[in-house]
Amino acid sequence: MTLFKADGLAINFGGIRALDGVTFEVEPGEIFTIIGPNGAGKTTIFNLVSRIYDPSAGRLTFRDEDITRVPPHEIARRGIARTFQNIELFEHATVLQNLLLGRHAHRRSRFVEELLFLPRVRALELEHREAVEKVIDFLDLQPYRDSLIASLPYGVRKVVEMARALCTQPRLLLLDEPSSGLNVEETDGMAFWIQDIRALLGITVLMVEHDMRLVSAVSDRVLALNYGRAIAVGSAREVQEHPDVVKAYLGG
Amino acid sequence: MRFVFKTSYTQDLGLFRDGVQRRWYIALCVGLLVLPTLIPTYLVDVSLVLIYGLAGLSLMVLAGYTGLVSLGHAAFLGIGAYAHVYFAQNLGVPWVVAMALAAALTAAAGIVVGLPALRMTGIYLTIATLAFALIIQEVFVHWERVTGGLRGKPVDKPVIFGLPFGSDVAFYFLCVGVLMLGLWLTANVLRSPTGRAWVAIRDSEIAAQSMGVHLAVYKTMAFAYSAGLMGVAGALFAHKVGFLAPDIFSVLLSIQFLLMVVVGGLGSLHGALFGAVFVAMLPVAISQARDSLPAWIGAAAGIFGPGAGTAAYLGMDRFVKQPGLEPGIFGLILVLFILFEPLGIYGRWLKLRIFFSTFPLYKRATFKRQKSYMRSERLR
Repeated sequence: MTLFKADGLAINFGGIRALDGVTFEVEPGEIFTIIGPNGAGKTTIFNLVSRIYDPSAGRLTFRDEDITRVPPHEIARRGIARTFQNIELFEHATVLQNLLLGRHAHRRSRFVEELLFLPRVRALELEHREAVEKVIDFLDLQPYRDSLIASLPYGVRKVVEMARALCTQPRLLLLDEPSSGLNVEETDGMAFWIQDIRALLGITVLMVEHDMRLVSAVSDRVLALNYGRAIAVGSAREVQEHPDVVKAYLGG
Repeated sequence: MRFVFKTSYTQDLGLFRDGVQRRWYIALCVGLLVLPTLIPTYLVDVSLVLIYGLAGLSLMVLAGYTGLVSLGHAAFLGIGAYAHVYFAQNLGVPWVVAMALAAALTAAAGIVVGLPALRMTGIYLTIATLAFALIIQEVFVHWERVTGGLRGKPVDKPVIFGLPFGSDVAFYFLCVGVLMLGLWLTANVLRSPTGRAWVAIRDSEIAAQSMGVHLAVYKTMAFAYSAGLMGVAGALFAHKVGFLAPDIFSVLLSIQFLLMVVVGGLGSLHGALFGAVFVAMLPVAISQARDSLPAWIGAAAGIFGPGAGTAAYLGMDRFVKQPGLEPGIFGLILVLFILFEPLGIYGRWLKLRIFFSTFPLYKRATFKRQKSYMRSERLR
C-alpha cells in the first residue's frame, strides 16, 4: 500500500511550466528524497502537497484519499506536516509557544471555553504540553524552551521548526532542505534525527535536499527532477550515476 | 536576577509568572481601590484612562497579536456607544443586557468588516477600515431616529440592577470592574489555542496555515473579539461623555487608539494600558502647556532683554494656539516612537527592569535589533 502518491502533477506560473507531469509514490516508513538543480521544481512540489498552490493538472493521494482539492489548513489534520526552506517560525514567540502551535490541528476546545479558561481547557492544555515535551525530549531542545525564536542561532531554529512539525503528530513529514545553512557537524546530527524520526516515531519522510552526503546517508529512494520533469528514480547511488542526472548538474 | 524554579506544567498555565508577580498585581488592585480617596478631583480623568485601556486592549488583540492594523476602531466605539444607549434608553432594556447586546452588535459589525479584510493585507486593510470608519460616521449623522443625528443624544447616568452608578466614584469602580473582566478574558484567550493561532498569523501566515490554522476563521474571530471589546468600551464611553455626537467618533480618535498600542508597545497587554495612560493624559498635558508654556518661554527669553522676552512670548503664544497642534503632536510622537523605540513604553520598562535586575552586567546588545536576511520573499 502506498502512503502518498503524486500522479501527473503539473503547474504553470504564467508561461513557465514549473512542473510537468511528475509522478511518484512514497511507501509507508520510507525516506524519499527529491533532488535537482535550482529551479527544478522541488519546493513547488512541497507547496502543492501542502496545498498552497493549486495544481494545473494531476492528482495527490494520501492514505487512499484524494487531497488535490483539500483546503490548506486541513492538510495538517490529515497527517502531513512540513518545514520550510527559509524557516518560517513565529519569531516573536517562545520555542514552547511555537511548538504548542504545532498542536493546533489537535485543538478540541471551543472559543467560549477558552474565554473563561474552564478546567477542560486547562486539562487539554496540559495534554498538549505533554505531547510537546515528548518532542522536546526527543530533539534535545530543553535549554531553549522559554527562549524567543529571534534570539536563537540558525541551527537551533532549524531543529525547532522540525520539532514544530513533529508536534502535529504527522504520518508524513515534509522536510524542505533540512541541512541548508548548517555546518557539517550539524548536518550529521540532522541525519541521525531523520533516521530516528523514521525508526522511533514511525513517520514517513519526504525530503528535498542538496547535500548529497546527507541524501546518500538517509534516503531509501531518490527522485531527480530537472525543469519540472522527473529524470530518474532509484537508490541514491543509482540516481547519482544516472547519465541524465549527471547531464542536468554538469551540463553537456 | 530572579529565576523561577518550575516543577509542574501548570506553572506555565497561570496568569502570573510566580507568587512575587501576583503580589505586585494585588498591590496594584489595592492601589486602585484607595485611589478615589487619594485623588478625588481627577477621578473622571482616571475613568477615561480605564475606558481607553479597554479600547487599547481591543486594538492590541487585532493589531498587536493578530497583526491586522485597523484605523476604524473609533467606528466600533461609536457603534457600541449608540447601540448601548439606544437599547437602554429607547427600548428600556436592562443596563447589563443593553451592554451585552451592544457588544454582540459591535462584534457582528466586526465580522462584517473582517470578511472583506480576509483578502487584504497590510496597508490595504488599514485603508479599508479607514473607509469603514468614515462610512459609519456618516451613518451616525443621518440615522437620526436612532442616533439623534447632529443634534446629538444625551446619555443618562447608568443604573445597574436598580443601583445608581451616577457618582464619579461609582462610575470609576464600574470602569475598573469592566476593565479587569476584559483583561482576564483577553489573557485567557491569549494563553489558549486561539490566542496562539492569532500570534501565528501575525508572524507567518503560511506557517500558521500549514500547522492547521484556518486563516479566514481566526482572522474573523480576531476582528469580532476586538470589535466586541470595543463595543463594551463604547458603552462606558457613552456614559463618560454624557452626550453622543457623531463628530466624537472621528478618524482622529481611531488614530489615537493606534497611537495607544504603538506607543504602549505592540504585542503586550501591558502596552495597551501604558498606551491608554499616555494617550488619555497627553491632551491634558497639552492644554496645561498651552496655558503655561508661553509664559515660561517668555521668561526664559527675557534673559536676553525685555524685547526678546516679549517676542518669544508672543511667538510661542501664537504657536500653541494653532488649531492643528494636538494631532500634530500625536503624529510626531508616533513617528518618534517607531523610529527610536519600536517596543514602546512597555519595551522601555522591560529594559529598565532588566538593567536593574542584572546590574552591573547589563548588555545593550540584549535588545539590539538585528536585521535578518534569512527569510526570502514570501509565497504570495
